[in-house]
Amino acid sequence: MKPSPFEYVRPRDLAEALAAIAQDPDDSKILAGGQSLIPMMNFRLARPARLVDVNRVPGLAGLAADGDRVRVGTLTRHHAMERTPLPGPLGDLLRRAAAHVGHLPIRTRGTFGGSIAHCDAASEWCLVARLLDAEMTVRSQARGTRVIPAADFFQAVFTTAMAPDEILTSIALPALDEHYRTGIAEFARRAGDFAIVAATAAVRVEDGLVTEARICLGGVAEVPLRSAAAERVLLGARWSPELVTAAAEAAAADCDPPGDAHGDPAYRRDLVRALIPRALGLDVRR
Amino acid sequence: MTGAEPPTWTGRALPRLEDPAIVRGWGRYVGDIAARDQSCLHARFVRSAVAAGRLISVTAPPGVTLFTAADLAEVKPIRAVLNRPDFVAVDTPILATGMVRFVGEPVGLVIAASEAEAEDALELVDVEIEPLPAVVSAEQALAPGAPLVHAVDYPGDPNTVVDGRIHTEGFDAAFARADRIVEIQVSSARQSAMPLEARAAHAAYDRASGRSTLHVTTQMPHLIRTGIAHSLGLREDDLRVVAPDVGGGFGAKMALAREDVALVWASRRLRRAIAWLETREENFLAAWHSREQVYDITGAFTADGELLALRGDLVCDVGAYSCYPVTWGVEPLMAMAELPGAYRVREYSVRSRAIVTNKCPIAPYRGVSRPVQVLAMERLFDVAAAELGLDRVAIRARNLITQFPHRSPSGLVLDEASHLETLRAATERADLADFRDRQERARAQGRYLGLGIACFAERTGYGTPAFAARSRPIQLGREPAPLITPGYERAVLTMDPSGALTLRIGASPHGQGLRTTLAQLVCDELGLEPGAVRVIASDTDATPYGWGSFASRAMVIAGGASLLAARELAARLRVLAAARLGGLPDDIELAGGQAVRAGEETGVSLATLARDTYLNAHLIPDKGEPALEAVGRYDPSGTFANACHVAEVEVDPLTGQVSVTRFLVAEDAGRLINPAIVDGQIHGGVAQGVANALYEELIYDERGVLVTTSLMDYLPPTIAEMPGIDIVHLDTRSAESITGAKGVGEGGTIGAPAAIANAVSDALAPFGVGVFHLPATPHRVRTAVRTGADIRRTEKGTAS
Repeated sequence: MKPSPFEYVRPRDLAEALAAIAQDPDDSKILAGGQSLIPMMNFRLARPARLVDVNRVPGLAGLAADGDRVRVGTLTRHHAMERTPLPGPLGDLLRRAAAHVGHLPIRTRGTFGGSIAHCDAASEWCLVARLLDAEMTVRSQARGTRVIPAADFFQAVFTTAMAPDEILTSIALPALDEHYRTGIAEFARRAGDFAIVAATAAVRVEDGLVTEARICLGGVAEVPLRSAAAERVLLGARWSPELVTAAAEAAAADCDPPGDAHGDPAYRRDLVRALIPRALGLDVRR
Repeated sequence: MTGAEPPTWTGRALPRLEDPAIVRGWGRYVGDIAARDQSCLHARFVRSAVAAGRLISVTAPPGVTLFTAADLAEVKPIRAVLNRPDFVAVDTPILATGMVRFVGEPVGLVIAASEAEAEDALELVDVEIEPLPAVVSAEQALAPGAPLVHAVDYPGDPNTVVDGRIHTEGFDAAFARADRIVEIQVSSARQSAMPLEARAAHAAYDRASGRSTLHVTTQMPHLIRTGIAHSLGLREDDLRVVAPDVGGGFGAKMALAREDVALVWASRRLRRAIAWLETREENFLAAWHSREQVYDITGAFTADGELLALRGDLVCDVGAYSCYPVTWGVEPLMAMAELPGAYRVREYSVRSRAIVTNKCPIAPYRGVSRPVQVLAMERLFDVAAAELGLDRVAIRARNLITQFPHRSPSGLVLDEASHLETLRAATERADLADFRDRQERARAQGRYLGLGIACFAERTGYGTPAFAARSRPIQLGREPAPLITPGYERAVLTMDPSGALTLRIGASPHGQGLRTTLAQLVCDELGLEPGAVRVIASDTDATPYGWGSFASRAMVIAGGASLLAARELAARLRVLAAARLGGLPDDIELAGGQAVRAGEETGVSLATLARDTYLNAHLIPDKGEPALEAVGRYDPSGTFANACHVAEVEVDPLTGQVSVTRFLVAEDAGRLINPAIVDGQIHGGVAQGVANALYEELIYDERGVLVTTSLMDYLPPTIAEMPGIDIVHLDTRSAESITGAKGVGEGGTIGAPAAIANAVSDALAPFGVGVFHLPATPHRVRTAVRTGADIRRTEKGTAS
């Protein structure tokens, strides 16, 4: 398990990083936490000619309020997300989602932006980004800064809307008021494994009525999947456990998940049915 | 669970003498040896990507050092044979020649200056194979017109390389007398022993002496030397084999690797040191599988639950080649001999087969066939109890062996054991009545708890007689015996002039803590402390010939040999002391490093006796040897350990998730030499049992390509998936073990899968489904709940 030969570059600031990647964008890779990239290189599934290590680039980590949004720096470690003091339903969601990411050693190195740029359909941060319609700020030497909404960002397995010469610099998430109920539920074979299916939810309930409904599923499509069917069932309806069960049924019926060694499509639909209520804190049994 | 510490060192939960170095990172594994050898070359093996095919060519551009079968023309293939009429023998070439028979089979060897360059070179090698139809399941192998994995004569069915049968005289009559016939099929997926350290070897060549030294991660250095010397046409003394620290074996390191033979050959050819560090992917592809077995078994019961007769049709998918030395008969022949296990089975009819397929060959893995045997028997009793309306504990109690020695229908003699007592101890501790209450309350809340029981007998510490019994006895004429018949162990105990002890053993510890436990045994005989005994193992230059550590044998056999050596040395020291102190040798006590005449306060130190023996030989009273050395040899026929496991689980019917919430082991391994080490063996064994039951599975696709080649797909449980394990020890002594110890290396793995399968079936009872195939993955459990169909092996055994 040795990677194929590559050049290693460690820029000191963002301009240097952008310049380094601009030289040979198609054969360069950004190294952040390296928790996916390095194993892929060791398996020789990824063979970048040049590795641009951005870990020494200042100003890319941390959470900051930005008007009615929260801006997350791309180099923010999963572990920092797990410990964020951010109040309210968004803070709850981020802390809970972070706890599902791998194991502690992975969380202390892996990064929020790296996870989103890697675009694994089972990744907690991709799910959260799609759930909340996050906005990804990316930058290149040639074209400067642009903002890509989550709906456009995640395109296919390991494929985003970013150009090869672009670096993801920050991710903006909407602050959620106290009427939101947020949560995440996953099913993985073992503690710390990638989820076979994951469900995230952000549902706003005011005076007993659902005023906004967001349900996003992982493991059922190439990219994180917003369940329009479930959201339709919820929106405008009176909040109840039965309503959530009906939404879960709608989501399960509406998705078209793949099958593999860990489960066939029918099993994944069963998991969708089981996990959406659990994401919303309901203890649903048979 | 131990009482007060005994007055002897034996029996104490002494911290392992091995651990301080290992936990500090001072251990020395093959990888460390390779890393510290700046000048060594690195090898990678070119492997077949095709399950079955004609090997046309293996080529590389100039500049790549590549060896293929043509270069190894002088090297003899490996041939692992049993002398039985139903046994089909084949050659295992060191590198494939002519045909490839499984994905991962080595077809070439590249050598480069570093691991990374070797991997680069590997990518430049071009392998041309004309694919042929592959046989990827036992069903396919046995189907009419199936392709032959090996084009040899099969005495019976095609692709059938072992076909053992037993049919007792009264079977048919007993079967006809039954009130109820219970018929089930149980099966297990293919699994990997998956030692943390994959295979690794470092072969060095000494130009001055012409000798090779192979450092290799193995459980059996002497046999590795015998096998490699045979293949390469060397005198055994031309090769030194050393097993340094070994990062787990579990049986997967008790087979001779083709790669190790090739490595020593290449090292001698190039006159250079070469290291090979296997990747995890290679380990999954090519480093021995196990346990892909399907048993159809039928029990003939009386209405009150007595098992009158047992019938079995046992099929083991053994892959493409026969492992050296234990052969591809290891799984089916153990299953045939030991299926009845802890139960009184008077009438027995069994057929047990090894079927070859185009998959990775099998080798032993902790428990070998016993996890599936116990799964079969314990599921049978639970199903029978349900059908007959009997209590699960009662039906077991009725059939457990209680009279010893007991002669099994396959001719095994079971020595003194405690089946009924362990069942009682385990079920009392488990508090079944309380569990039923909890289960009922939980069901009312929509939660599904289950409890499962498994009882087993485990043949351990068996020597030459037991191994010889797997073959027909042969007369030695002019032809050399085609057999390897393991069994005995020898131990050489030496006291040096300073009074320190060195114990050289043929067994080869790889995590069992033998350096601690043997020291405990030996020092008690000599009145010393364990720290006075250095155990030397795993180096063919420094140890007597021995068979290594496997089959739960080292404590019983090497322990017995060490004890005998210690007794002999103690007797010699008493003679020497009596000559100085007066009186008879029998009057001398050895304690606290002194030899003292009974009733007296002071005597003579052992160090003085040792010093004078070597350095003042003229003082030796009987003109005996100017040395303090004793050799112990022990070669027992085997002793049966036994246990009862109880698992509690909770099943989430919506996701199919099974959590093992409690695990209880009532174990009888005889005398515990070191209770902490025994508990450690049980903990690790149960973990692998949990793995077998719920997690681990090697999956081939329909073309014979292994799908599960990384730890993303092959899932050993972590500590987060493990229950707490509660252990109760019973202590039944047997005359078959002079130390009083019975083997305990495999028991945890043997009982846990069955206990968990029964527990999950109990939990799923409201859904009317049970577990008959392992692992019971969440997908399978959920599908059973949804469809109302039992968890069974799917067609070809390859589907998820």
